[in-house]
Amino acid sequence: MSAPVPTTHAINVRPYLIVFGTLLTLTLVTVAVASLNLSESTTVLVAVSIATIKASLVAVFFMHLRGEKPMVFWPLGLTAVLFAALFAFLLWTEGDHLFGTKFSDAFGSAPNAAPVEGGH
Amino acid sequence: MDALPYTTTIRPDTGLTNPKLGIWLFLASEVMLFGSLFSAYALLRTGAPFWPDQSATLSVPLATLNTVILISSSVTMVMAWAGAASGKLSRYRLFMGLTLLGGALFLVVKAIEYSEKFSHGLYPSTNNFLALYFTLTGLHAIHVIAGMIVNAYLLGPGTRMWTRDHLRFTNRVEIAGIYWHFVDVVWIFLFPVLYLL
Repeated sequence: MSAPVPTTHAINVRPYLIVFGTLLTLTLVTVAVASLNLSESTTVLVAVSIATIKASLVAVFFMHLRGEKPMVFWPLGLTAVLFAALFAFLLWTEGDHLFGTKFSDAFGSAPNAAPVEGGH
Repeated sequence: MDALPYTTTIRPDTGLTNPKLGIWLFLASEVMLFGSLFSAYALLRTGAPFWPDQSATLSVPLATLNTVILISSSVTMVMAWAGAASGKLSRYRLFMGLTLLGGALFLVVKAIEYSEKFSHGLYPSTNNFLALYFTLTGLHAIHVIAGMIVNAYLLGPGTRMWTRDHLRFTNRVEIAGIYWHFVDVVWIFLFPVLYLL
């Protein structure tokens, strides 16, 4: 059994307030970037990147992942792999469609046939 | 011995208290729950020939306000834990009360948003985007309500543990906080994905 832990100890709240300010700033940056009428892919990339930074700040500081024991990171690592797999399968399924090969095989088109207008 | 062992002492084989490991395992399952819905959104959107203009369909100002409210409630939650850990009951009560207020405000704004959609004839059955919007935000709102119930208990009858077993009480607040911050993290992704893209 471990030694008893002191029941109260002083907490430095300054890092939490700094993270709070950063989160609010990044929220405004996200809204500003979305209103710039950039291309859809650029907006997605920027918005999701900023969201990931914000989520990481919350996890590291507010959820106390900073300095947490390795046993916490094992299930989280496995979750991250499975989460990535969800989207990897999605990309695998939709990749042809997203990158413009127009499902030529699926629709039985000749390999060098011109794309059908109005198709996906 | 308590009915639940290792609530305040570190379990030697995991290096953690049982509630700490338990909440992270629970949140891992929550990531996959929301992940399945996010991937459904991506699949349906990329496969759709037409997709509604999301920022024109939904209210970006209200969603921005809700983001600020939820982020604020996250910081008040961690301040409540800091108050409990440093043995300041009044400080704990103030910040836990503010956290509850933040959750309630979030739900009020969400209710206003939903009623606006319904008054314009926009329902989950209208199109795939609105079906995903109501499913994702509805599931998230249920999580907010669940967190508020736990926080209300810790602010009310749960505080009896403050003097009886203070360290265990502080751990409870920390575990409730980790859950509450996760709810914030989910919204941090929902906001750009549903309202801005």
